[in-house]
Amino acid sequence: MIWSKHSISSPSRTDARLAGWLSVAAGLAAAVLVLIVLFLLHESWPVLKRIGWLRFFTDAAWHPSEGLFGLAPMLWATLASSAGALVLAGGLGVASALFCRFYAPPSAARPYRRMVALLAGIPSVVFGLWGLTVLVPLIARWQPPGASLLAGILILTLMILPTVALTADAALAAVPKAYLHGAAALGISRSGTILRVVLPAARSGIIAGLLLAAGRALGETMAVLMVAGNVVQTPHSLFDPVRTLTANIALEMAYATGEHRAGLFVSGLVLTGMIILLAVAALRFGGARSHV
Amino acid sequence: MTQTLDRHSGCSPSIDAGTYTVGPLQSGPPCCVPEPLIRVTNLSVSYGDHPALKDVTLDIYKGCITALIGPSGCGKTSFLSALNRLTDMIPGCRVEGGIRIGGQDILAPRLDVSALRREVGMIFQKPNPFPLSIRRNIEMPLREHGMKKRADLDETLERVLTDVGLWAEVKDRLDKPALALSGGQQQRLCIARALALAPSVLLTDEPCSALDPIASGIVEDMIAQLRGRYTVVIVTHNLAQAKRIANYAAFFWLRERGGTLVEFGHCRQIFEAPAHDLTAAYVSGMRG
Amino acid sequence: MFEAGRFAMVRGRVLEPLMTLAVWGSALLVAGAFLWLVGDLLWHGAERLSWAFLSSSPLNAGRTGGIGPILVSTLLILGVAVAAAVPLGLATAVLLTEFLRPRSRFGRLVGLSLDVLAGVPSIVFGLFGNAFFSVFLGLGFSILSGGLTLACMVLPILIRTAEASLRAVPDDWRLGSAALGLSRTAALRHILLPAASSGLVAGLLLGIGRAMAETAALIFTSGYVDRMPSSLLDSGRALSVHIYDLSMNVAGGDGNAYASALVLIGLLILINGTALYLAEHWLNRRIIAP
Repeated sequence: MIWSKHSISSPSRTDARLAGWLSVAAGLAAAVLVLIVLFLLHESWPVLKRIGWLRFFTDAAWHPSEGLFGLAPMLWATLASSAGALVLAGGLGVASALFCRFYAPPSAARPYRRMVALLAGIPSVVFGLWGLTVLVPLIARWQPPGASLLAGILILTLMILPTVALTADAALAAVPKAYLHGAAALGISRSGTILRVVLPAARSGIIAGLLLAAGRALGETMAVLMVAGNVVQTPHSLFDPVRTLTANIALEMAYATGEHRAGLFVSGLVLTGMIILLAVAALRFGGARSHV
Repeated sequence: MTQTLDRHSGCSPSIDAGTYTVGPLQSGPPCCVPEPLIRVTNLSVSYGDHPALKDVTLDIYKGCITALIGPSGCGKTSFLSALNRLTDMIPGCRVEGGIRIGGQDILAPRLDVSALRREVGMIFQKPNPFPLSIRRNIEMPLREHGMKKRADLDETLERVLTDVGLWAEVKDRLDKPALALSGGQQQRLCIARALALAPSVLLTDEPCSALDPIASGIVEDMIAQLRGRYTVVIVTHNLAQAKRIANYAAFFWLRERGGTLVEFGHCRQIFEAPAHDLTAAYVSGMRG
Repeated sequence: MFEAGRFAMVRGRVLEPLMTLAVWGSALLVAGAFLWLVGDLLWHGAERLSWAFLSSSPLNAGRTGGIGPILVSTLLILGVAVAAAVPLGLATAVLLTEFLRPRSRFGRLVGLSLDVLAGVPSIVFGLFGNAFFSVFLGLGFSILSGGLTLACMVLPILIRTAEASLRAVPDDWRLGSAALGLSRTAALRHILLPAASSGLVAGLLLGIGRAMAETAALIFTSGYVDRMPSSLLDSGRALSVHIYDLSMNVAGGDGNAYASALVLIGLLILINGTALYLAEHWLNRRIIAP
């Protein structure tokens, strides 16, 4: 009855073989990230070697043909548009979640949630299309040229709102019912319960959602490209046309060569670095998966 | 009724039956051969830091039904899982000591666990038929173990289903899902599935506790019939059941260092004249 | 003390309606924006939708005509992405759930790599795809380049959903098959993968939906050509890229852009809806099975 583990058709051999193949596949899957980082570095290397990292943040402007690689105006544009969107979407998203959980009649909560889920599924080009044909002319009537930081912020808000709303909804659902019952038993009003009991309890989940949304906003390309105006300048007012890092890459990749192209890869690295930092922070706060 | 456990009935020809065989049983009414088939020496099972079983030494006799009794948490299920090395599947589980089945050390590292589990079948507390048809539930393991011929498969299918008393009930719906059967039928299907591999030992972990009383009675009767043809180890909380069907009983109890074996002996002795006070207290219902 | 109490009551009386107003206001604002957007799309795009639109070729740089070749290109790009990502993703998920110990180092490394990969922005995938598939591997602007880049993008979501589906299969069957001496491979083939199948398909559909909405990763890998592709090495224009081109680069292309957007959204609703249905159906089966 004792059988060697390695007889020809023994199941442990079959399993060992399968596990071998599966490990190769898993290794390949894990290697994709490594490959990406490697290639980004490889393509950035020519310009990094010559001028180093610091120039990318200290140069006055972005004119690669003249040897100027300042990312600062675009970084400001990226940060401003994402921050603005985060503030708006944070407020509206948490409010949406509160609406679904505490304020909406049951017949309204389900369709509202479905609507938010649908909103989440709309591709960025479609947001860009709508922004370009509806939002931008609207803003232009108020203050030309219309394609501006404001348009970017508004479109980004719509785009990251579902992320905030859905994660906040999950965080609110996780608040133990005992807290709500306890507050009700003490006669605390609905708004008081929400502000003093529920939101603090759901805080880490909501923050994780906000960080996730921030990452999305930073990485968004098409919609901001289509509505934000694409002038490389540090924004001084909401109505200035701006160009984000992402939009810059998308626009210039088509014709960039040599050091210009390498410079674009550097900006890609900077972008990825920022987003990874946010993802790490989100993991620490939320513990759940960093992508919804 | 005699049954020769002939391992070559359509099974994979690569099986080497030379080192161990169950000899042909004597004719006449099934009886218990007082010859130990399974010898357990100083068995200890722990899950990480938590000891489940400490230093158990026990013999299981061939062809007999041995009941493992005792309150919850005494390590009876851990004992059972060690006998077919299902403990391998639990992360962090450590098994120490010695277990010999038919003379073979089954804790040896180079043992083919799959062959062991053919010899030592297991029935779980909750019936777990696969989400396949009734036929495939029984045929799939047979095919995986090498039985290929349609005739052999059909013959085995009918034989084991008859043995568990299911044949008449399901012969017209063999291709329907097994999950559509009632709880008692599902458990009998699981027993049939295990018997199809022609094991010599059947380990059953509270096989009736998840079933309604009628189904429970049917399954219990079915298991009692296996006496003589198979060696059965049954974990049970139901003392009356143990008294009804078991030949031997092993009484487990929880101590600080983990579950331990308090007393083992012939059923009549354990229930009527136990040597240990704790055993007496437990079987009379005063403790546990 | 009486004064403080009265003040608190006043504050309470102002806060509650204020909160209610804020929350309802936000909800209405969001709903309003959604309806405005969808309404606008339908208003401008519905009139151009027809079978002819879906099957004919774009004319006049896309201002008129249809999106036939573009749908074909999109299908091919998705096909390549699925063909590359599904085997790799399923294999990884099976390894992570069935073969590795829960705390294994390899498993955690793979998991970490996938989690980070999930956060990489699509434009960076576009950069990578261009540098690796188009330039380094010499595939140029082609459907193959675009599809393979998308495969890298959807890998995390495929693996995580496949993992979840497999983990949801009850352990009873794993223990039962082990107790019968079956190999893990046999258990996977006959029991586990079939039982997880609707979850797996749901995950696949979600991945496809994600890939379909993708634009930035495709612009520099599969290119802009709007003719009917004749091979995988031809450049092809995906639907999302077509919408982008028509709205940004083609004056007067808005009309068809809207119609294309409606087609894209329609397809996405279909795909994500099916995924949701399958996920729920799978959940129900789990509950029914003992």
